[in-house]
Amino acid sequence: MLKVENLSTNFYTFRGVVKAVENVSLELEKEEILGIAGESGSGKSTLAWSIMGMVPPPGRIVSGRVVIDGVEVTRLSDAELRRKVLWKKVSMVFQGAINALNPVYTIGYQLAEPFIYHAGLSKKEALEKAKSLLPMVGLSEEIAKRYPHELSGGMKQRVVIAMALALEPTVVIADEPTTALDVVVQAQILNLLKKLKREKKLSFILITHDLSVIAEMSDKIAIMYGGQIVEYGTSEQIFNDPLHPYTRALLRSIPRLRGPIDKLQYIPGEPPDLISPPRGCRFHPRCSDVMDVCRDREPVLVDTGDKHLVRCWLYDESWKRRG
Amino acid sequence: MRGLSGGNGYILEVEGLRVWFPIRRRLSELITRKPPRYVRAVDGVSFNVRRNETFCLVGESGCGKTTTGKALLRLVPVSGGSAYFQAREEILEELSRRGVDVGNDGRVNIFGIPPSKMKPLRREIQMIYQDPFGSLNPRYRIGAILEEPLKIHNLHLTREETEELIHRVLEEVRLTPPEDFVDRHPHQLSGGQRQRVAIARALILKPSLIIADEPVSMLDVSIRAEILELMGMLKEREGITYIFITHDLAVARYICDRIAVMYLGRIVELGNARNVIEDPKHPYTKALVAAIPEPDPRNRLRIRSVPIKGEIPNAANIPPGCRFHPRCVAYDENRDRLGERCKVEEPPHFTVEKDRMVSCWLYEHSS
Repeated sequence: MLKVENLSTNFYTFRGVVKAVENVSLELEKEEILGIAGESGSGKSTLAWSIMGMVPPPGRIVSGRVVIDGVEVTRLSDAELRRKVLWKKVSMVFQGAINALNPVYTIGYQLAEPFIYHAGLSKKEALEKAKSLLPMVGLSEEIAKRYPHELSGGMKQRVVIAMALALEPTVVIADEPTTALDVVVQAQILNLLKKLKREKKLSFILITHDLSVIAEMSDKIAIMYGGQIVEYGTSEQIFNDPLHPYTRALLRSIPRLRGPIDKLQYIPGEPPDLISPPRGCRFHPRCSDVMDVCRDREPVLVDTGDKHLVRCWLYDESWKRRG
Repeated sequence: MRGLSGGNGYILEVEGLRVWFPIRRRLSELITRKPPRYVRAVDGVSFNVRRNETFCLVGESGCGKTTTGKALLRLVPVSGGSAYFQAREEILEELSRRGVDVGNDGRVNIFGIPPSKMKPLRREIQMIYQDPFGSLNPRYRIGAILEEPLKIHNLHLTREETEELIHRVLEEVRLTPPEDFVDRHPHQLSGGQRQRVAIARALILKPSLIIADEPVSMLDVSIRAEILELMGMLKEREGITYIFITHDLAVARYICDRIAVMYLGRIVELGNARNVIEDPKHPYTKALVAAIPEPDPRNRLRIRSVPIKGEIPNAANIPPGCRFHPRCVAYDENRDRLGERCKVEEPPHFTVEKDRMVSCWLYEHSS
């Protein structure tokens, strides 16, 4: 369905080269949700933009490939990308997209745009199609005549999701789709995404900093830190048997609604500066299990069995053998 | 000290607080003499805050929790109600010097003070805002940011005393060594460090009450606990009382002693934080708790049921009777027992157990 291999994206700034995404590989099957979690600045949004082939300047994909439905996206020109891939194979629900709805056009008109520009329908046909999208996301067709300011935040988020689904893409990337919403509305939107996944056999990449939302939705999870994937596995592997010290610390920092109230843990220190990341493992200055080798050599992702990958010297004995 | 001898242990007693914002009337409405309409952001809120506790106001956006906090500092016009505050001796003296009528029990009604004479009280009640990127002036150095409140309140400190105070307060919020931070600008700090500067700025005047409006919502999960721990430590050491405003019930469960759940400008449930969250009584609190995702991978296989209907109404158009009834699932289920009551009569606060209050007709006979 979707395959990302050794993808790296850099930003060329005046201060230096920011390695925002480095050597990321992942796979997404049909009707599967992959959750990407990480702190702000961990590269999760840049990864999404890279998969879409839409990295904003001064950023550039420097290596690796992205294959969607057999098409190698990373080799297409911008024009080909727009014609063949965007909306039709992969679409995105952007962070804060509800604020990007144009206030002077009706919802129906904005929903019709992809049909006009990407599917070549006439305006009238496109408007009809647009209307038919609304019930799918739990809105009435009458909403098509309304303007964005007449809708609540939850309704706007539903419109944005309908827009992403308009041309029936195989993969939808959702970047913080519920972050600005209240919990009740968030629960409704998450339920909607679950329903769409089942009914339309959709695959999602869900990007969020909220591990509870990730748990609520994802089949597989990638934990990102400093532009790299540090742990990758099924939802059960990550939540029930976290391996990387970063993942463990992150899980201990989540306040919970039930059970005993243990002291909340935090990760001391600051996220790494990606222009000059720390030598060795990027997490070592904040890590509670740091060893000498971590300060010196960068760990690689190793499979600890059952496709549970982790980037940490604790689980990679090779440094001992080589001395 | 007169300020501490108030007796009942409450530092703040809020009664019937109303903040109504008038809606501009159209010419046709003026001519036809239609009554003015209001956005009832806070509509009759009463609660007491004990000295040295963390009192939480929780609710969704638009429920009036932030407006309640701002009203206590007179940052928004107050339409009605009272808020009796136990101030320190020197603050009371300063207030009476300015001609404010202070009672002899050490309590002063915040809403009874003319806005122009509020200044002494602001030393006692400080605020921490949500956004540490927006709340610090980017052109000031950290030292100047912390000095500003001292200048405004004109504390007659020497240069050395000022510097010492700034250093001490930076150490207190663990920005050490302080010399490293005083000359930096906010953009050189991380989000967590900036929020600590904001806390230091609130602390420097030695307030007894801090109103913290979503102080950790903008921070990464991994560092939230650090800020919460710092606030907890200051509470222990300096005897500070917090009013903690948040939308996050899970955070509230960890740090709050008591919690008040707000809906559309009113408190619908109030009690011990753990009891309210683990065993919610009001139908709205139940829905709110049910909606919160939990870090359990089994949840992905189920559709979460959230017992609530429709959308939150506009605060300019609050439903009659119980303001939650149009969205209430429990009302539909208990129609036989409740009849039309929820539609016409606003429920008072029923005490359901010790220190636990619910504003819902379902609990009428449990008190």
